[in-house]
Amino acid sequence: ASSAPKPLPSSGPKSLREMPHPLATSSSEEMGPALTPSPDLLLPRSIADKDLSLPNGTPVDTSSPASSSSLLNRLQLDDDLDVETRDLFVTVDDPKKHVCTMETYITYRVTTKTTRAEFDLPEYSVRRRYQDFDWLRNKLEESQPTHLIPPLPEKFVVKGVVDRFSEEFVETRRKALDKFLKRITDHPVLSFNEHFSVFLTAKDLNAYKKQGMALLSKMGESVKYVTGGYKLRSRPLEFAAIGDYLDTFSLKLGTIDRIAQRIIKEQLEYLVELREYGPVYSTWGGLEVELSEPLEGVSACIGNCCTALEELSEDMTEDFLPVLREYILYAESMKNVLKKRDQVQAEYEAKLEAVALKREDRPKVPTDVEKCQDRVECFNADLKADMERWQNNKRQDFRQLLMGMADKNIQYYEKVCVT
Amino acid sequence: MEDCLAKKMEITVSEAEKRTGRNAMNIQETYTAYLIETRAVESQSEGQCAPVDSLWRRYSEFELLRNYLSVTYPHIVVPPLPEKRADFVWHKLSADNMDPDFVERRRIGLENFLLRVASHPVLCQDKIFYAFLTQEGGWKEMVNDTGFQLKADSRLKALNATFRVKNPDKRFTELKHYSDELQSVISHLLRVRARVADRLYGVYKVHGNYGRVFSEWSAIEKEMGDGLQSAGHHMDVYAASIDDILEEEEHYADQLKEYLFYAEALRAVCRKHELMQYDLEMAAQDLTSKKQQCEELATGTVRTFSLKGMTSKLFGQETPEQREAKIKVLEEQIQEGEEQLKSKNLEGRDFVKSAWADIERFKEQKNHDLKEALISYAVMQISMCKKGIQVWTNAKECFSKM
Repeated sequence: ASSAPKPLPSSGPKSLREMPHPLATSSSEEMGPALTPSPDLLLPRSIADKDLSLPNGTPVDTSSPASSSSLLNRLQLDDDLDVETRDLFVTVDDPKKHVCTMETYITYRVTTKTTRAEFDLPEYSVRRRYQDFDWLRNKLEESQPTHLIPPLPEKFVVKGVVDRFSEEFVETRRKALDKFLKRITDHPVLSFNEHFSVFLTAKDLNAYKKQGMALLSKMGESVKYVTGGYKLRSRPLEFAAIGDYLDTFSLKLGTIDRIAQRIIKEQLEYLVELREYGPVYSTWGGLEVELSEPLEGVSACIGNCCTALEELSEDMTEDFLPVLREYILYAESMKNVLKKRDQVQAEYEAKLEAVALKREDRPKVPTDVEKCQDRVECFNADLKADMERWQNNKRQDFRQLLMGMADKNIQYYEKVCVT
Repeated sequence: MEDCLAKKMEITVSEAEKRTGRNAMNIQETYTAYLIETRAVESQSEGQCAPVDSLWRRYSEFELLRNYLSVTYPHIVVPPLPEKRADFVWHKLSADNMDPDFVERRRIGLENFLLRVASHPVLCQDKIFYAFLTQEGGWKEMVNDTGFQLKADSRLKALNATFRVKNPDKRFTELKHYSDELQSVISHLLRVRARVADRLYGVYKVHGNYGRVFSEWSAIEKEMGDGLQSAGHHMDVYAASIDDILEEEEHYADQLKEYLFYAEALRAVCRKHELMQYDLEMAAQDLTSKKQQCEELATGTVRTFSLKGMTSKLFGQETPEQREAKIKVLEEQIQEGEEQLKSKNLEGRDFVKSAWADIERFKEQKNHDLKEALISYAVMQISMCKKGIQVWTNAKECFSKM
């Protein structure tokens, strides 16, 4: 069998089990440590191998295996997926407030449109609250520990400082939740996760949750990928580099966040002064006869500038800052995955040593671990590339936003009616 | 259009120089001297340029000139000098009189002052003013010889005194009220403007931090690196642009300040009128009482209580001769008084006429100048926004290439 699966022609979504599994016939020995793909080569591996299991023996949830072909379809280098090839669309909208005896909370409508065979219906519409999203994310982290799960907006808000039910807060959160689901949808593996499907379709999510909880208690806490106690010998340069990058990246984003906040603060103080400035012209206009019109004009224009500035600050706060923070959270979770990867590698190395010492024939476990590692590497690289592109687009959006605001500012200024 | 000096002569305050010297108390001091250049505007034949005359004056001499003009022409709204000390400054500008920016703006202000005086139909004909522009030595003595200083002192006292006028001229009262309000509103405006400038400065400068961070960030990025780096550069440009913008705005502030001080000059004219009116009323009152006294003496009736009347009753009447003498004196005084009153009335009427003429002229000038100032302010704002658009558009382009 070839060491790298050949890209199959883009054939659109098919039943995944029809696809010949490239790794099915190859013996595990061939999957050696030499197969560390470069970040630019998108070589996905399947985890549909039945032998795959976590080092502690619990089976990995592979109910939605992604074969290499369909993966590659999705991982085309010009990655902005065309609408035609996408077969799953998810939206979050329509927030509603629910008042119960015990608590008050907000639910959001999650609408799904799909042509995928796994779904019974082409359309679904369910209501979910933040708790449900949180549950989904945890499930994804558990079941796909080697993947980067997109971040959620922050869970806890200091009750005194932020109004949880204010329009702005709810809207900001809705946008973040929408983005969260869209990112999962776009992900070649995560989008096929069973929990995700249930999240999108189940009328009563709580019943499913309870079921899951029962299963979980059987398996115990071991699903958590906390394999402590293994020391890493040598981290591949590549991952060390990624780690450093993420550190600097979060640092810089943090600085930008602070700068943006400072600018908003300064703008608001500027606004305060402007608000006093305008009316003085008006007062003066009241004194004059011939000059009253132009003076009133200036006063009105300044008023308009105030409005425009206010809008600018609002937009920055609502659109720009949350995305920055989101990326910082993303970087954090990426770092966690890196740590896990390190753990996996450490464990692999330890086990390898044990094998060498004991001469036990346990080739599969290290290999599985190795496969895991490769997986992480692939997806790490893939997602990093994705992230760059996302950032690119995000920045364009921000600047367009700021530009738009500057334009509005100008338009108002140009309305200065002085004869 | 009157043939004012400004049409016949080019006047500029072209330079400013730091000097040190000994003052009246023989103490060393540093001051700034300004070079006044004048050139006759003649029909320039064969491209010949008239020679330039020049002399140096310091601020205190300008002040002397203005005081002289204010005293000598009380019915004229005399153009104001630029401020003595930097006021209404926003944070970055220093309040130091020796600061080169301040000196430069003052130079412009002094030139403006001279041009205003030179284009005033009445003031431009004054000999002292002409000498100020052309005669370097002995000018101070010339001014003091006019004896205006005496008038100046009494005028100063009068301006600050409080008194009540029985029949105030409504127009002047309104005008005085207007000048008070104008002063108040313009100074309020200038104060807030300074704060606005401060804040705006802050906003722009913080954007400069973006430049630094983007640069640092671009170092760790691959495809995004160039875009970030160049965008950062634009942020630096943006942050730096505020310095020029605010400097330009200072010019607008100076224009407003001129009219702030003009308002003071306007008020002075109103006060002068009030003073004259009061004077008139006092004189009239005095005359009336003297007439009354006269009548009483003549007819022997005492209509009003007077100590003299009482004493004469107590200690005996005066002799007819004494009475005659008194009446004579009073009649003389009355005659004087009536003449004085007549001339005062005339004076008053003249004052009102010429003052009002000048006030109308001033009003027109004010409306015209302020309109222009507002327009140029608006233009400045538009240009500032256009620059902003430019920078952000450039930054946007950089981002799009990431």
